[in-house]
Amino acid sequence: MLRTHPRLRAVLLRCAQAIPVVVGVVVISFVLTRALPGDPAVYFAGVMADEASIQETRVAMGLDKPLPQQFLIYVGELMRGDLGQSLTSGRAVATDLANRLPASLELTLTALLLACAIAIPLGVLAATRPGTWVDHLCRVIVTAGVSLPTFFTGIVLIYVFYYLLGIAPSPLGRLDFIYLEPEHVTGFYLIDAAIAGDWETWWGAAKQLILPAGTLALFTLAPVARMTRAAMLTALSSDFIRTARAAGLSRSRVLYGYAFRNALLPVVTTLGMVFSFALGANVLVEKVFAWPGIGSYAVEALVVSDYAAVQGFVLAMALLFVLLNLVIDLLYTAIDPRIGFDSK
Amino acid sequence: MTDMPAPAKSANARQSGSFEHLVYVLRANPVTLLAFGLFAFLIFCALFGPSVVPYDPLETNAAKALQPPSMEHWFGTDQIGRDVFSRVIVATRLDLSISVAAVALSFVVGSILGAIAGYWGGWLDIILNRFLDTIMAFPLFVLAMGIVAALGNTIENIIYATAIINMPFYARLVRAEVNIRRDAGFARAAKLSGNSDLRVLALHIFPNALPPMMVQVSLNLGWAILNAAGLSFIGLGVRPPTPEWGIMVAEGANFIVSGEWWLAVFPGLWLMIAVFTFNLLGDGLRDIVDPRKRT
Repeated sequence: MLRTHPRLRAVLLRCAQAIPVVVGVVVISFVLTRALPGDPAVYFAGVMADEASIQETRVAMGLDKPLPQQFLIYVGELMRGDLGQSLTSGRAVATDLANRLPASLELTLTALLLACAIAIPLGVLAATRPGTWVDHLCRVIVTAGVSLPTFFTGIVLIYVFYYLLGIAPSPLGRLDFIYLEPEHVTGFYLIDAAIAGDWETWWGAAKQLILPAGTLALFTLAPVARMTRAAMLTALSSDFIRTARAAGLSRSRVLYGYAFRNALLPVVTTLGMVFSFALGANVLVEKVFAWPGIGSYAVEALVVSDYAAVQGFVLAMALLFVLLNLVIDLLYTAIDPRIGFDSK
Repeated sequence: MTDMPAPAKSANARQSGSFEHLVYVLRANPVTLLAFGLFAFLIFCALFGPSVVPYDPLETNAAKALQPPSMEHWFGTDQIGRDVFSRVIVATRLDLSISVAAVALSFVVGSILGAIAGYWGGWLDIILNRFLDTIMAFPLFVLAMGIVAALGNTIENIIYATAIINMPFYARLVRAEVNIRRDAGFARAAKLSGNSDLRVLALHIFPNALPPMMVQVSLNLGWAILNAAGLSFIGLGVRPPTPEWGIMVAEGANFIVSGEWWLAVFPGLWLMIAVFTFNLLGDGLRDIVDPRKRT
């Protein structure tokens, strides 16, 4: 079956390639948990601990065992979904992260959709009209976009739209307190409110979302627009486009049927890098807008030195990123007709 | 640099071609010239900032708290009466030092690792590639947060964390540049005339990687500044009352909803200008080094 379905084989091969990366991520996050300043046992035993209780903590945490064995224990705990206890909330870190993940995902995905919706048409326009104002606008946005610190953009947007114009709600969380949280189905407020048919809450959540998502979108827009423009220019100057034009195909058919489909491939590849930036910038945006996602959870944990929570967050983000990269590559396989016939 | 004039004269004839090229590129792209100007300004602020600013960046004055920008205080004053302009200018040195130190560290470590992997190949190459893949498998800012959390919350660790997340870019670049020249004619000739592997690698092959590396350094500096400022924005590394752009924006953010915009906007603006300068400089350098890669 694999022999007859080259595309299926490519998909399976790509999934298998993710395994060593996951192993590497787990090893690095293990190293990070064991590299705590000083003796972790002293830290986790608490301030009031004496020699005996430190020793007790050390044995309880398995820190007296040799490192390879500690690593196996760590992997075993991960398999059971145990990321340790958060010192501040008193709950399991995994539970905390799972509760807060939908908020972060809703923010990041909305921002990325917004960024792609603006950047891809902008890049195409800039490539088809080089030297015009669209092209210059694209260039300015691209350079400014990567230079703007996300936390700064967020603050400026708050000042303009909340303080000066008064059209944005106060930048505190996902929903104003006058609304009730929609019933939990997916954890995405927009989707949950739409399922419940509660459009007033939907609008409330959307108003709350638009500024942080816009901030994040401004940051992620730049690489996508830049890549779209470059890829579109390459595609437009290639031989098959010349042939298509010579054959008398209509302008829009050449542009969207042939050039755009080919230009989309490198754009999809850059999405992986864009996700890396977006997930990092997400942390800053969540702090600015008091967004109750996993980023602000990690920042709060960092401030009070709640290490288990921070390490759990880093590992969760890395696994999420590996998964996203996998999805992007599979998407690539799906839209590129050439892959699967002569791939490695 | 002190004995520059004498050799410059003899090298002039040889160099004039590339110098004319440089002038040509700069004239065609005045933005690069602007970037060089801004760069000089930033260096000036970093070197002489503390001695030219009108106020002590740490001096508090409760009577003049939260004043909007005026002739006396160009960027206004903060919640305890410190002059924002002085703080912003003085902060240049710290912000630039952090990013320059981080980029220098990743340049050196990345070059060594990449050159070894690219020249000798084999299992060294495989191990390095796996290791770099693993670093790149993390969202980089998040990894930096994790590293600082693990190593301890100090400025040095901010530098190490920023260096580690930048290192893969250099290592990959050098590895590729060294690898394609490993069996080139000039490298073999150098080897045959009795040079050791190490000498061929360091003196004959590696210098070829320097031009693209310089572009990478410039683009990377902007990114390193953003990262370091981002880390201090969430409360890592630099501690108040030290003037630093990220932490000043973070402190100013508390006052933005009540309308005191100057506390956060000016340090943020300066941060943006610095990053913008290095990005423009990187693009300009790339035009000079490799005109084909213009986008």
